[in-house]
Amino acid sequence: MFPFVLEKPQSTEEAVAAAVGGARYIAGGTTLVDLMREEVERPERLLDINALPLAGIRVEGEDLVIGALARMAEVAADPNVKRLQPVVAESLIEGASPQLRNMATMGGNLLQRVRCPYFRMLDAGCNKRTPGSGCSAIEGLNAGHAILGTSDHCVATHPSDVAVALVALDATMRVRGPQGERGFPVEELFRLPGDTPHLEHSLLAGELIVEIRVPGGPHGRRARYLKVRDRASYEFALVSAAAALVIEDGVIREVRLAVGGVATRPWRLRDCEAALVGKRPDRHVFEEAAGLATRGARPLHHNAFKVELLPRTIVRALEMAGEAA
Amino acid sequence: MTENPSELRQPGPIISRREALQATAGAAALAALSPASVAAANAPAAATSTVTVTVKMTVNGRVHTLAVDPRQSVLDVLRESLNLTGTKKGCNQGACGACTVLVNGKRIVSCLTLAAMHDGAQIETIEGLEKGGELHPLQEAFVEHEGLQCGFCTPGQIMSGLGCIAEGHTGSPEEIQFWMSGNICRCGAYPGIVAAIADAAGRS
Repeated sequence: MFPFVLEKPQSTEEAVAAAVGGARYIAGGTTLVDLMREEVERPERLLDINALPLAGIRVEGEDLVIGALARMAEVAADPNVKRLQPVVAESLIEGASPQLRNMATMGGNLLQRVRCPYFRMLDAGCNKRTPGSGCSAIEGLNAGHAILGTSDHCVATHPSDVAVALVALDATMRVRGPQGERGFPVEELFRLPGDTPHLEHSLLAGELIVEIRVPGGPHGRRARYLKVRDRASYEFALVSAAAALVIEDGVIREVRLAVGGVATRPWRLRDCEAALVGKRPDRHVFEEAAGLATRGARPLHHNAFKVELLPRTIVRALEMAGEAA
Repeated sequence: MTENPSELRQPGPIISRREALQATAGAAALAALSPASVAAANAPAAATSTVTVTVKMTVNGRVHTLAVDPRQSVLDVLRESLNLTGTKKGCNQGACGACTVLVNGKRIVSCLTLAAMHDGAQIETIEGLEKGGELHPLQEAFVEHEGLQCGFCTPGQIMSGLGCIAEGHTGSPEEIQFWMSGNICRCGAYPGIVAAIADAAGRS
């Protein structure tokens, strides 16, 4: 690990000012410490932000407001989270291990780096780590990689589970920067790789995630997260789906659908949603809508199975959501 | 060669395997250093050196004030500074759970935890479980149910098991399996581990 200076800002203003000067935030450290040890990340100044008052979880009306420093385990166990947005709790519990969930924060979860093996292999080309060095995954071992949102420069998937649920639920976030606070949909945090895969998110210099807001509504009670992976727990998704349904008089009134493990960012499926509204929820209808999810998919040598696994996962997630609550 | 077993006995005080390893590793490291690198190591504050941070940690009820390199993990401080080598270094990247300890009552992987970020922390390790010569009930249960084979993952399994019990996730063998999935056992002692945790949870 390269040497660095550790600072402990006592206020958000102090933290943001230091970050504008080039220092990096650290909270749970579960991604950053690991990548620093691999020398993929080499920050010279770290800001330990754990003293900042950003860890609370509260309810405002029907909305759930989750502080950026709330730990994954705390959020998953929170009674209000389980009551209002059980799919947030479910997606968190399906992510990482109990130990990591006790450490990792919500803000850090959204900003976690990719799990592509070539990203952490210093002698392999990786445009995300070293712009212009090429993508070793495109012709390499790519069973875990994306089929949607890829470019000729990067095919790594975004690894977060809870981000998939948050994008499905139209969650928004607030960030604090040198010019004050601003808010935007969580979905807009994530950039497509295009020809700049080293730029992963839309935060400006020094901006710090303050909180995440999940708007309430009847869909929250009929929402499920399904994660398909190589083993039953503690593994990244091959394919995952967050699905929420509002069914009235036997007809689908509202749908929220996003998928993970298949795309370079948490992937909302608005065409599938539109194809379901007004229909009666049955397997045939779910299959027809799910078929739209893979339009434009660009499978690689080892991950073509995802083209079939994705619609199947969507159908099963919709069935689970239909059975929920 | 000798036929007399008494002559095989080590002369002088008996040293442990760990002490022997530490002594020889130090000698080997010194031998490997070129004169130039020895000079560099002795040079004052080069660009590669870091400022140490003073942290106070309570480990198994004992307060320690330590000067740590910001790069040191809690795992490294436990093992190298405090000589508490019960906590194991497996993968050193947060994937295997061998380094699990309780920090402020919660199970975490100490390999991904920077010591400099844990001033004032209360840390419990495997060494703190035995009280007055009596094993902790979960340790007893691991013995009774053969929750181990080689034993390397066991300290992490037991500390994680304490967390699992405290969190209330011992309702069924399946629930224990899911909530213990952050601890890998390459010997495959999982049935015994699950049985030990279920047994200890029932007793507590």
